[in-house]
Amino acid sequence: MAQAVEKSVVEREVALARQRTTRWSQTLGPWVPWLLIGGFAAWSAVARTDQFVVGVIVGSLYGLAAVGLTLIYGIARVSHFAHGDVMMFAAYLAFFALTGAVVGSQTGDVVFPFHLGQLPGATEPIWRFSFGYGLVLAILIGATLAVPVLLAIDRFVYQPLLRRGSSTAILAVASLGVAISMRGVMLLIWGPTGRRYVGGIRTTVDIPGLPRIVADQFFIMLAAGVLATAAYVVLYRTRLGTAMRAMADNADLARASGIDIAATRRWTWVVGGGLTAAAGCLLALQSQLSPELGFILLLPIFASAILGGIGSPHGAFLGGLIVGVVGEVAVGLGVISPGYKMAVIFVMLIAVILLRPRGLLGAQS
Amino acid sequence: MTRRGNLLAIVIVALITAFLVGLPLLRTGSISSVVSFLVPSLATMAIFAIVCIGLNVQWGYTGIFNFGVVGFFMVGAYTAAIVTKSPADGQFATYIGGLGDALAAVPLPGAGAWLPFLVAIIAAAALSAALALPLAWPIVRLREDYLAIALIGAAEVLRRIATEERWLVNGSRGLGGIPRPLAGWVNADAYNYVFLLIVVVLLLLVYVLVDRGIRSPWGRVLRAIREDEDATAAAGKDVVAFKLQGFVLGAAIMGAAGALFAFQQGAVSPETFTHFFGTFIFWAMLIAGGSGNMVGTIVGVYVIWGLWSTTLQLQGFDLPAFVEGRIPHLRDTLVGVIIVVVLLVNPRGLVPERARVSRWLDRRVAAMRRSEAAGD
Repeated sequence: MAQAVEKSVVEREVALARQRTTRWSQTLGPWVPWLLIGGFAAWSAVARTDQFVVGVIVGSLYGLAAVGLTLIYGIARVSHFAHGDVMMFAAYLAFFALTGAVVGSQTGDVVFPFHLGQLPGATEPIWRFSFGYGLVLAILIGATLAVPVLLAIDRFVYQPLLRRGSSTAILAVASLGVAISMRGVMLLIWGPTGRRYVGGIRTTVDIPGLPRIVADQFFIMLAAGVLATAAYVVLYRTRLGTAMRAMADNADLARASGIDIAATRRWTWVVGGGLTAAAGCLLALQSQLSPELGFILLLPIFASAILGGIGSPHGAFLGGLIVGVVGEVAVGLGVISPGYKMAVIFVMLIAVILLRPRGLLGAQS
Repeated sequence: MTRRGNLLAIVIVALITAFLVGLPLLRTGSISSVVSFLVPSLATMAIFAIVCIGLNVQWGYTGIFNFGVVGFFMVGAYTAAIVTKSPADGQFATYIGGLGDALAAVPLPGAGAWLPFLVAIIAAAALSAALALPLAWPIVRLREDYLAIALIGAAEVLRRIATEERWLVNGSRGLGGIPRPLAGWVNADAYNYVFLLIVVVLLLLVYVLVDRGIRSPWGRVLRAIREDEDATAAAGKDVVAFKLQGFVLGAAIMGAAGALFAFQQGAVSPETFTHFFGTFIFWAMLIAGGSGNMVGTIVGVYVIWGLWSTTLQLQGFDLPAFVEGRIPHLRDTLVGVIIVVVLLVNPRGLVPERARVSRWLDRRVAAMRRSEAAGD
């Protein structure tokens, strides 16, 4: 008996001694992902500038949507598989506000009167953009109108399920149902063919030493920057943001410290949903509108949120940038077909889940 | 409560049946055309029922929500196509495999009519399972929603591969001219009946096998995992291994169903296997019918696919153009709305799972009741 105690004491001493002698791999270990990311970013910015720029643009939009996803997961406790369709739905709302068009009974569209395109000079291109102030207003309206839709879905679908004590799995299946319904509504109103906000050729801008950039992409970059800044201010510089992050971190502690859970939940849908909706409108400006795109968008957005660390808004934004740039640069190398962009993102997702399931900036326990 | 639930299920099934028989009858006015419409439709239902049994093993019994069903269904269908077809001519179509002629030459009685198809179904199930295992093995021990998004991703990647790789499965053109099992033995008019018979027999086979498995101690562990993973682990069960087994079994069943689907359609292409057609609709069937319940699953398939084909029938009537063009989309929307409404109103579905631990316990309880009654 005494021997056994002594032995365990010796073992503990040895273990402690081992812990004290730090190895180089332990010191360097936490930095390895950051060195890799920094190195890749620097290399692609110099050697693959074209794809890097597009990657940053698309990635910042993935990032904004992933901030919404991570907040909704952390605070509303919903694995939101309708997230991609919410983005597309908001984009279609903006499209409707701008053009007033819905798909007709046979071919062609039925155009409703009273749309923004009718305002004087609304479609007159600003600077070298392909669109006028009408589209800017339309995007604001689309993102705003998507928020009450989300609040209603939360009020009438997710909250009743949560109150009944449904598992996260049931909520995920319910959100799949919501996604399918939203896709169906988009098909009913706007039809299956892809659409663009503005037709025609896009003007590019030449800046010496930089790749040619489509003028519209400057607008997307600017808008994404404004949204990201606004999100940062709300989340990290206001009481509401602190409450939201506290709830995402630990709901019980947040409740115990007197945070109004129901109000914070509603605000999460407003802030997270609004960001997602705006990102959806901008993504539709970058590529196109199509009811089928929503579900596929789930892959890069979840990848961004998981890479950043679920529950961490700034991590999600960073994750979005990484997913966007890696996706664009990988298919830009010419080794694999552009059709495999989602495959690259899929491989990244699997790698993150396997190597670092808590993500870059998630709580490491 | 349960009696009222049963009544609702019976009323809905009766309504669907009335639609399925009534609408084509109204439109054409002849019984024989109704039958010729119903027979292929029933075969499709039987194939979808097999997929849903696979999904039920994953979701209803193991609690894994697979949002990438289309991946396994598609792999099964393509596998069946390249096993049963003749070798590629390389000019109009390029694909690997093409084992049909080789298998037909095997010296077994009438090998050409059945052997390639048997091999195809087994290969489809095996390949599907072989894809499911490495995908789920590392992720299944993490969070369930990680597995769900990984499965969506895998399904999308498989769809991309089918579209992009011409050498593998002929790219976006797809594969046509897939032979049909036992086609040489019966004349073409009667073939639909024979095919219906084949798929129904296979459905019964899968049904019985899975039902036995679920009622066995193995199935009890699966259901225990679904209810409370930690408690099951505390009882000394290897939760990860059981979940993997359930998941892979489900994927194999989906693959086999995909093979049957390929035989029925006679052609496969990447456009057939959308997320909607290959994943969403099966979820609606499972949720509507009642997950964790074999009878419920089949009722769900009947109801959802019945609604689906009924709305197709509506297009034959003189409807306003505004409505007629939108019927397919209305139908798509309905699939999502049904999932949400069933989860909200009656999450156990039309035919709820029976709370049952084991047949042995049922018998014990019944015996005890009897002896009590005898004692009184």
